[in-house]
Amino acid sequence: MLFNDPVFASRLLTLLTLSFHIIYATIGVGVPLMIMIAQWIGIKKNDMHYILMARRWAKGFVVTVAVGVVTGTIIGLQLSLLWPQFMELAGNIIALPLFMEVFAFFFEAIFLGIYLYTWDRFENPKKHLLLLIPVALGAGMSAFFITIVNSFMNTPAGFDIVNGQLANANPIAAMFTAAMPTKVSHVLATAYMTVAFMLAAIAAYKLIKGSNHAYHKKALYMAMRIGLVFAIATAIIGDFSGKFLAEYQPEKLAAAEWHFETEEGAPLLLYGVLDENQEIKYEIRIPYALSILAHGDPFSEVVGLDQFLKEEQPPLVVHYFFDLMVTIGMFMIFLALIYWIGMKRAWSFVQSTWYRWLIVLGGPLSFLAIESGWWLAEVGRQPWILRGIMTVDQAATTSDYVGHMFILFAGLYIVLGVGTVVVLTRIFRNNPLEKDLEKMQGGDPS
Amino acid sequence: MSLEILGIVVLWLFLFGYVIVGSIDYGAGFFNAHSIITGKQHILSRIIQRYLSPVWEVTNVFFVFFFVGMVGFFPQSAYYFGTILLLPGSIALILLSIRGSYYAFEAYGTKGHKGYAFMYGASGLLIPASLSIVLTISEGGFVSIVDGNPVLDYQALFLSPLTWSIVVLSIAAVLYISAVFLTWYAHKTGDVTATNLMRKYAIGWSIPLIIAASGIIIELRFHNEEHFSRIIDLWWMFGLSSLLWVGTVWLLWKKRNYGVAFIFLVGQFALAFFAYGISHYPYLLYPHLTIYEGFTNTAMAISLVFVFILGMALLIPSLYLLMKLFLFDKNYVQGTKNKKE
Repeated sequence: MLFNDPVFASRLLTLLTLSFHIIYATIGVGVPLMIMIAQWIGIKKNDMHYILMARRWAKGFVVTVAVGVVTGTIIGLQLSLLWPQFMELAGNIIALPLFMEVFAFFFEAIFLGIYLYTWDRFENPKKHLLLLIPVALGAGMSAFFITIVNSFMNTPAGFDIVNGQLANANPIAAMFTAAMPTKVSHVLATAYMTVAFMLAAIAAYKLIKGSNHAYHKKALYMAMRIGLVFAIATAIIGDFSGKFLAEYQPEKLAAAEWHFETEEGAPLLLYGVLDENQEIKYEIRIPYALSILAHGDPFSEVVGLDQFLKEEQPPLVVHYFFDLMVTIGMFMIFLALIYWIGMKRAWSFVQSTWYRWLIVLGGPLSFLAIESGWWLAEVGRQPWILRGIMTVDQAATTSDYVGHMFILFAGLYIVLGVGTVVVLTRIFRNNPLEKDLEKMQGGDPS
Repeated sequence: MSLEILGIVVLWLFLFGYVIVGSIDYGAGFFNAHSIITGKQHILSRIIQRYLSPVWEVTNVFFVFFFVGMVGFFPQSAYYFGTILLLPGSIALILLSIRGSYYAFEAYGTKGHKGYAFMYGASGLLIPASLSIVLTISEGGFVSIVDGNPVLDYQALFLSPLTWSIVVLSIAAVLYISAVFLTWYAHKTGDVTATNLMRKYAIGWSIPLIIAASGIIIELRFHNEEHFSRIIDLWWMFGLSSLLWVGTVWLLWKKRNYGVAFIFLVGQFALAFFAYGISHYPYLLYPHLTIYEGFTNTAMAISLVFVFILGMALLIPSLYLLMKLFLFDKNYVQGTKNKKE
């Protein structure tokens, strides 16, 4: 299958590249904001722990940025290599945000370079902090523009098809599609949330491993609070996403919910499995909840899969992705909320080892939620690459050897992934916190 | 000027920028690895790493900008080149990835690993070689249309002397451009031994460069006569370019005005690169695709140009700041103050 079906191989390679890239892209969008907040608190409170936090996070960040740059370059070019027919069409309508993304990234790369090499060049530390604004802004704008392109794939707009030919292209209308507001805000909020929980996980791990340093406690508390804010924001945006889907992409919502028959007062299905007769088993039914999610009204009608041709229905596997994403999201909200209240009210269990282990687990879980969200978004659009206009079969390359390229890139991603972990571990093992602190206290902040 | 021409000129300009900054970067990696193997590391590594550290991501963006711009201005090229380039494109991507990430792993992680330096240097030569294949393919003769889809004839491409001369030219150009720039850069740092070594390399690579470049023009006569005759029409541009080449070599030989030598070099490549581009007009891919057939709609073209101008208004001051702080900052360049992380 992999070696003789270019469509299947192209899908698999795109899945692989995006799943790998999204880890680095998420870190790339979220970390600059976290560094900025830490450095700002550090300057405001004149607390060098926070300054050091910014500095150490930046040190790890450069490594992930480098891998993010190369995987981003890969996906940018791979789109044309694997989906040439789609990119020909997309180039005509949605090239503008792609073009803008390059500028945003360029902007970010320049200022990141300057920021990294100018830690001690400014008399006034606030000026150094200012350099982070274009970095964080550039990172956020990159995510903004790229997600616009993805939104366009879900709800294409800004052009007409006249006699099979593209006409009346309007690049601006193509950018501001129906999917855009919920998608863009969801991507940004989850990136900030995930990165906050990732940094919290690292701090919690250090505390479990015996370091009882105030630095880690401050990092953990700060990251958990930021994570909580964005986790709640994510849930609210998620609710809007449900309403958007019900209106514009009902087949995706129906597939994610295993909502087969159109009905009023539809229940929300959680978990469960499909048996060989396509019957749902072991599920949890929440009455009226799907109607509320879809339209904000418990008695409203929710369109089911019965309204769509068999060959235009998304694969039902997306239900598992949906459940995984929502479950993790909810788990993280409660984990962070209980931690935050617990810290305020001095509940001792939030500082216990088992609770910290849960926080450690929350880091990778948040990334898993991001992955499942993208699998839901992309697999849930099948068979379309551009919904209603072009299917993946029509868009894929006709070239041979796509399967071989899959093997080649899989090898590359293993090398890059292992390399990142090894290098990051080594950097922080060779520069333990205590050593950095000593240097700063010694009055030689180099 | 029509929008088609404006689009291709802007993209060609960016590609030229990539050729120059990319060559400096790729060549520097090679010279770095070479100096480690031949035990001259102490002479070169310091200036090379001082230059490379803050700019490598910027180099990469030139490349991304070019192919994203291509898809925007000439969407049909995404279809033609996307289909044909799956194999060469993927290989170039893998090399670029290894190079970019290992640079970061080495620079921010463990320093001085010989294996990294070697891979870094080797990939620096292989990337231009694999990217230059695109120019060969664009000359036509390697692509046929089967069932309505373009198919690349790998065997013909692999056995064509044109392919290999363009590969040789790309490698020679990378090493020559890089050597001339580093001669100047080393001279600015006041490092006499490094200047002398780089000057030797620069003069050494100037000869293979001009031989390979002339060889290609002769081969084109047999491969693509139409293109060859258009090149002959532009003889004066290539002639001026050659004069500038003579100027660079002469200044290097006389050990003076290395800055002017580098400016001559940029002029030499700009003239040759644009003369080549103009003679290639109007084809993006002989004989299947021209800039007119492949062009996007007017609304998109105008918005792209508009965004491009806005983007440049943002980027040029930022780039200026970067240059001012690093490349042309005396203290940074000479490493006298403000040691880096």
